[in-house]
Amino acid sequence: MCLAIPVRIVSINGDEAETEIAGVRRRVSIAFTPEAKLGDYVLLHTGYAIGVIDEAEAEETLKLLEEIASLSEVH
Amino acid sequence: MKFIDEYQDNKLARGLARKIAQRSTRTIRLMEFCGGHTHAILRYGIRQLVPKTVEMRSGPGCPVCVTATADLDKAIALTHLPNVIITTFGDMIRVPGSYSSLQQAKAEGADIRIVYSTIDAVEIAKSNRGKSVIFIGIGFETTAPTIAASILKAQREKIENFYVLSLNKLTPPVMKALLDSGEVKLDGIVGPGHVSVIIGSHPYEFIPKDYGVACVISGFEPLDILLCIDKLVEQIEKGEPKVEIAYRRGVKPEGNRKARQLMEKVFEIGEANWRGIGIVPHSGLRMRGKYEQFDADKAFSVSLKPPREPKGCRCGDVIRGTATPLECKLFRKVCTPERPVGPCMVSSEGACAAYYQYGTPESLPGF
Amino acid sequence: MDDSILLAHGSGGKLSHELVEKKFLPFLANPALNKLDDSAIFEASGQLAFTTDSYVVNPIFFPGGDIGKLAVCGTVNDLAMNGAKPLYLSLAAIIEEGFRLSELERIVQSIKKAAEEAEVSIIAGDTKVVNRGQADKLFLTTSGVGIISPGVDISGANAKAGDQILLSGTIGDHGIAIMSQREGLRFSMTLESDCAPLNKLVSQMLEVSSRIHCMRDPTRGGLATTLNELARQSKVGIVVEEAKIPVKEEVKAACELLGLDPIYVANEGKLVAIVDPADADKVLARMRKNSYGRDATIIGEVTNEHTGKVIMKTKLGPSRIVDMLSGELLPRIC
Repeated sequence: MCLAIPVRIVSINGDEAETEIAGVRRRVSIAFTPEAKLGDYVLLHTGYAIGVIDEAEAEETLKLLEEIASLSEVH
Repeated sequence: MKFIDEYQDNKLARGLARKIAQRSTRTIRLMEFCGGHTHAILRYGIRQLVPKTVEMRSGPGCPVCVTATADLDKAIALTHLPNVIITTFGDMIRVPGSYSSLQQAKAEGADIRIVYSTIDAVEIAKSNRGKSVIFIGIGFETTAPTIAASILKAQREKIENFYVLSLNKLTPPVMKALLDSGEVKLDGIVGPGHVSVIIGSHPYEFIPKDYGVACVISGFEPLDILLCIDKLVEQIEKGEPKVEIAYRRGVKPEGNRKARQLMEKVFEIGEANWRGIGIVPHSGLRMRGKYEQFDADKAFSVSLKPPREPKGCRCGDVIRGTATPLECKLFRKVCTPERPVGPCMVSSEGACAAYYQYGTPESLPGF
Repeated sequence: MDDSILLAHGSGGKLSHELVEKKFLPFLANPALNKLDDSAIFEASGQLAFTTDSYVVNPIFFPGGDIGKLAVCGTVNDLAMNGAKPLYLSLAAIIEEGFRLSELERIVQSIKKAAEEAEVSIIAGDTKVVNRGQADKLFLTTSGVGIISPGVDISGANAKAGDQILLSGTIGDHGIAIMSQREGLRFSMTLESDCAPLNKLVSQMLEVSSRIHCMRDPTRGGLATTLNELARQSKVGIVVEEAKIPVKEEVKAACELLGLDPIYVANEGKLVAIVDPADADKVLARMRKNSYGRDATIIGEVTNEHTGKVIMKTKLGPSRIVDMLSGELLPRIC
């Protein structure tokens, strides 16, 4: 649970990263996501990145949603 | 905003709603564990989009709501100690304890500061060496790693005036306690998306296996929640309950190992006292002996008067899903966000606050 | 002069006079003020509007403005919301001992600029100094008087079923600009407060229509609170559409970060106008010609149903209730 938002990494400095969402910049700790790279989107929770967003999965989910929407329309 | 806006699409939402209506043949009851889900469900009108056969109940996933009154009283008592700065997440400030609240203590002169991150609490400790800075450590598995990280940082940088009052709780054990109690018959659980980013999906396996209840882990945007409900309805209609991840862009089955390592380094599992539920074994985190110098419980002793539960408050029932806020006689009439009786009305993740703020389908014209 | 405010600056003696004559008068000069009598004398006839407000904003300097600009615009706007043409303001300052004179000058300059734009004069003033720690740097109180043209009757109680609800622009800018300066938030953005005097915009709106029933500026408590106030005062229901409410992307993002809802965040340069349906499009078109109304849009309408309540049709379709802000706007985390 808890509020966590997707922010994009624009620069990395050791354990910290500068992130951005719609023009708002925020410094976050990437202590839990050492694998995060420049350009990745991470989930930000109380100042920490708790996970890296899987963009391929995000695409898949949206495709699935589109499919469901068009299928259910036919009836 | 990427990964948010796409999951609020109107057209796709209606498509999902139609799908769910087509699938659903009988009345089922789902529980959304997480306060954030309750909030989103009411804010986006999810209940109006899903068929009336899908009943939704809110659960105990609101860290403020489940903090035992005695623990809150302890936090308030700490504010009276000399040279103490209390740091806390904002939600805790207005919750009424037995005799007072953090907000009231602040108005009476206590140094209480709202922080948005444990990082800030450590910074405050760094710049106020002459004071003891105590962080009120509420939250579930999403927040526990950040609290662990702050303790490790305090240790590394020898910030000896930093303390944590460890009130962190764990999700799967309380789910088990609720299912064991049999008080509310559930067909499916909307699993907490961000807790699961940390713990993964394996810890929920016992839910379908031992109780035959479906469990689908959901994100927090409206399409995420609708997709989750669709998958739950599918499982339940087929009679094939299992653990599924609907929030695939955020949750991996193995979760975040690094975060869990840090959590396990600093904390060990013990029992915890849940408001409205009581003591649940293996459901809380307490600091390991190695870090006891940062443990507010060990460092400070306060004497407490016996805790008092507010008369007529049904927060406990709401937390356990055995009642909705509408069934509480105090809801709206006596208990309001300005004059809250219990925590469920105070916390913006609390079910009562969400019902009050957004209204429920029953209270809207033309439902 | 020394570079900080001393207690003596508030004692009424030489230093007080120096403060007024060197730091306030040169910038705010006008015939009434220059007399430095105990009260300012002016003539006015007709229906007068009168208002007062105190300003304790923290931080006193923020992107897009400062406490001085806020004090002028806030009071000018209060007058304008009743359809009054603002004429004169009073300015009372409570200054903390130790406040830097250079910052005071900056603020007085800002007050001068805002007053010039709004075409009002500051004709009465007062300064007091309190011990260090007894005021948070600077508190300002402004009162204002304005004149209402005959026939103009704008009040929160005048809304009628069928009226259209117009919003002059994006919401949440001011509150978020302020929050971005608060310690511990650690976020940076280019967003500025929308603090602005709206009296000219209002007079332009009044020129094209005599059927503007209500106007209000959604300051503390945000759009949601203002709509609720109007619904209660007029004893009507209000319906708005979430998709029609303009919010800047940066404000949306900041609200996500903080767990806030933009409809509850303060604005200092926006207005809500409730207009007879026959004139709504006309008024909207006129608003859009003014830079402070360029993003103006119709967000909803007034109804006879669910009186006193505000219902919002969400982006997804279903409706929800929009209540007033309760308690403080505390950022959620969890």
